[in-house]
Amino acid sequence: MEKAKTEIIVGMGTCGITAGASEIYAHAADYARAKGLDVKLSSTSCIGMCHSEVLVDVVVDGFARVTYGNVTIAAIEEIIDSHAAINVPVIKYTIAQMPSYGKVYDDIPVFEQLPYMNKQERVVLSNCGFIDPLSIDDYISHGGYEAVKKVIGAGDPKAAIEIIKASGLRGRGGAGFPTGLKWEFCNKAQSDIKYIICNADEGDPGAFMDRSVLEGDPHAIIEGMLIAGFSIGASYGYVYCRAEYPLAISNLKVAIAAAHERGFLGDSVLNSGFKFNIKIKEGAGAFVCGEETALIASIEGLRGMPRAKPPFPANKGLWGKPTVINNVETLANVPRIIVRGADWFSSFGTEKSKGTKVFALAGKINRGGLIEIPMGITLREIIYDIGGGIPNGKAFKAVQTGGPSGGCLTTAMLDTPVDYESIAKAGSIVGSGGMIVLDEDNCMVNIAKFFLEFTQSESCGKCTPCRIGTKRLYEILDRITNGKGRKGDLELLEELSEDIRAASLCGLGQTAPNPVLSTLRNFREEYAAHIDEKRCPAAVCKPLITFTIIEKTCTGCMACARSCPVNAITGEKKKPHFITPELCIKCGSCFDACKFKSVLKK
Amino acid sequence: MSIKLTIDGKEVEADLGATILQTARKYGIYIPTLCDNPALEPYGGCRLCLVEVEGMPKPTTSCTTPVTEGMKVKTATPTVERLRKTVIELLLSDHPNDCMICERAGDCKLQEFAYFYGLRANRFYGKRRQYTKQDGNPFIERNMDKCILCGQCVRVCNEVQGVGAIDIAYRGFDAKVCPSFERDLNCEFCGQCVSVCPTGALSGRIWEKKGRALNVKEVETTCSYCGCGCQLNLHVRGNEIARVSSKPDTHNEGWLCVKGRFGYEFITSPDRLKTPLIKKDGKFTEATWDEAIAYIAARFKKIVEDHGPDSLAGLSSARCTNEENFLFQKFMRAVIGTNNVDHCARL
Repeated sequence: MEKAKTEIIVGMGTCGITAGASEIYAHAADYARAKGLDVKLSSTSCIGMCHSEVLVDVVVDGFARVTYGNVTIAAIEEIIDSHAAINVPVIKYTIAQMPSYGKVYDDIPVFEQLPYMNKQERVVLSNCGFIDPLSIDDYISHGGYEAVKKVIGAGDPKAAIEIIKASGLRGRGGAGFPTGLKWEFCNKAQSDIKYIICNADEGDPGAFMDRSVLEGDPHAIIEGMLIAGFSIGASYGYVYCRAEYPLAISNLKVAIAAAHERGFLGDSVLNSGFKFNIKIKEGAGAFVCGEETALIASIEGLRGMPRAKPPFPANKGLWGKPTVINNVETLANVPRIIVRGADWFSSFGTEKSKGTKVFALAGKINRGGLIEIPMGITLREIIYDIGGGIPNGKAFKAVQTGGPSGGCLTTAMLDTPVDYESIAKAGSIVGSGGMIVLDEDNCMVNIAKFFLEFTQSESCGKCTPCRIGTKRLYEILDRITNGKGRKGDLELLEELSEDIRAASLCGLGQTAPNPVLSTLRNFREEYAAHIDEKRCPAAVCKPLITFTIIEKTCTGCMACARSCPVNAITGEKKKPHFITPELCIKCGSCFDACKFKSVLKK
Repeated sequence: MSIKLTIDGKEVEADLGATILQTARKYGIYIPTLCDNPALEPYGGCRLCLVEVEGMPKPTTSCTTPVTEGMKVKTATPTVERLRKTVIELLLSDHPNDCMICERAGDCKLQEFAYFYGLRANRFYGKRRQYTKQDGNPFIERNMDKCILCGQCVRVCNEVQGVGAIDIAYRGFDAKVCPSFERDLNCEFCGQCVSVCPTGALSGRIWEKKGRALNVKEVETTCSYCGCGCQLNLHVRGNEIARVSSKPDTHNEGWLCVKGRFGYEFITSPDRLKTPLIKKDGKFTEATWDEAIAYIAARFKKIVEDHGPDSLAGLSSARCTNEENFLFQKFMRAVIGTNNVDHCARL
């Protein structure tokens, strides 16, 4: 087939589809056809710029690839009319252009030089948003499956392990255990059957890098598993993926089928005699199943509950056989390390934390999305340079890293380098890479309560400290945010948190109190204000705040009264209004409706 | 292979693969636990058996940790005692604490720990699980709000009885043990689960209000239902059986079936025969054993004389032991002189 002169590529990851990419795609096809244009329409996955979805790229043959953001139906028509039809980009919608594709246009910034991009280093995400995830040829044309050929061609499982060990790659799922060492343990274990499991049970609220990689670059995972399987002597691989990721699963299924067809999977991979097959196991979306022993139990058809270690899975894992469990991001790094070498990989990062890490930047941030940075750049660079700072001129308050297992880092810690050791020293964890930015309008007690609500409901219930302890933690936080906190509650929170950490069975319970401890450590006065003064300094906790109208500045425009859902606001036109406290449900509608800042929330 | 280690400063020896808890028990060193049962796989759920091991960053459960050479274990440091106390407080904060009317008072492990740790006041309070649903079987009473999720019932049903009638459902605080889809319990009703339950969550329905640990005398006896001859411990109050249990050091290892555990009401049945009856003038009248045996012997002799030995046949019972059944066939063949002998469990 002759290549179409103009290609329109719509970002169709789950994020893009949620923002309306399917409609844009369908409309673009209809519209271009109606206009009689010779346009090839295709889709790609998420490039990480969640703040600008729907993203559409236009490539006119011989010219730079142009990325448009926040594309609407009206915008796509304009873009087709102008860019696709007469090769004049619609500057007002453009985000960037990629000169590697051809001749550059005027007045469009270069993609790699965008503030969002120029501090990023895309290794794991290098294909995401660029290749068609459903096309194995696209993957191969971007260097795909070279690593497998190299490793299997060399024929020495230990050589690959040595490369991974030398690269310094550590598990990206949260614990940061050296990947090469894990493989070595399993390689040494004696058994007729071994397994490699890809842990795609991504569960941290706000983290979605594993989904994005599975959706956007599924062959990289297959290739990573092939190399891991060859290295440890496993002929079977499982991908344990949550059923809530339907697109990731369907893309992976397509990829597995294609890999079989091309001989990358099957009874003799690349005719080498090495047998390797991959099965997908869909999980029912339990946070605890990210814990490796619970994950194994779930694959075996049991209730997803963790067990004590040792024995470690590397010796006794799935069906009692030696098993390596690697996270999606970890496995996606593997083929790149094999092809480009351990030295190349370890040239990124710090002394003990090598390579790059993908973070899901979310919360109160101008440019949220999926970013990949070399380890060691500072939180400040991530939040202000890449993320573009805090919206609406608000003040930065803290950033929660590591999801519900992590902790918050404050303004004083903004210059902390982002690597395993430094973040741990600052009192949090890198974790799987969630990064939630909080501003002055966030109540830290409420944030801690949010995470505890999550962990206590996701506890499997096996061990007492996690099952009942996290519930009690949550209840104490709940009463504090409801103005019913009592003297001694803070000490009780600390005592109980320490005991849950020390006594729980698995990582879920052992880390569940971290958000409480870190917010207590950094924002103790905010907790104290809730208890001693019955006041929420961030004006978030409803039972502790009141809305009043400032008589002096109220113009009597009645906007507040009209917005009030319970008719709690009275007053005549052009005269100061009044809120009846007994009726007020503290929904904040009046606060938002007032154009004169005359509604006081405190 | 023997492994040398120290527990609380005492030098001890253990077999390869033994856990810290097993080794401590062997030497009479007490470690509290609610979820461990020597007959079941280690679980590590209750977290009471935490001990400190030199070189390990945090306390570890002694029930799941295998011993290693030179290991130094401390079973009662201030840290682990503090953690145990917290665990028991947490359990009590989600427990009815109605020991006054609980069947298991005096024989409840949770109550015992509350006593030893002196827990009258509790730092923790909050939501309690409340289950009102009762299922309709005549044998097993389940008070799930007293359940501490030790999982012993689930494990015994799977590992010992091989039935798998129950498992844990739901997550977190709402986790509960129940049959599939929360239907009524519909199993063999062997009551193994009842026998391992450390609290009052599981009990026998016919045991209700028949007496607790106090003023109850335990009488050892042999189950008369079948030839297995399981050893029973009848808990007798006054002259009435309050409940039935069995000890782990018996040949039946403490396990019973529904009949042995719950089927004892015949003992006090008014319909129960207490002497042999001989029919005289069309009416059954009470007789002594001597009279009855003499009567039977005379009739057997007469029948054999008149009609030959093959006119008689003997049918034995599964309720007899092997030895009794052997004697019975011997009696039929050698004394009566016939091969007409059979057994109800021959099918």
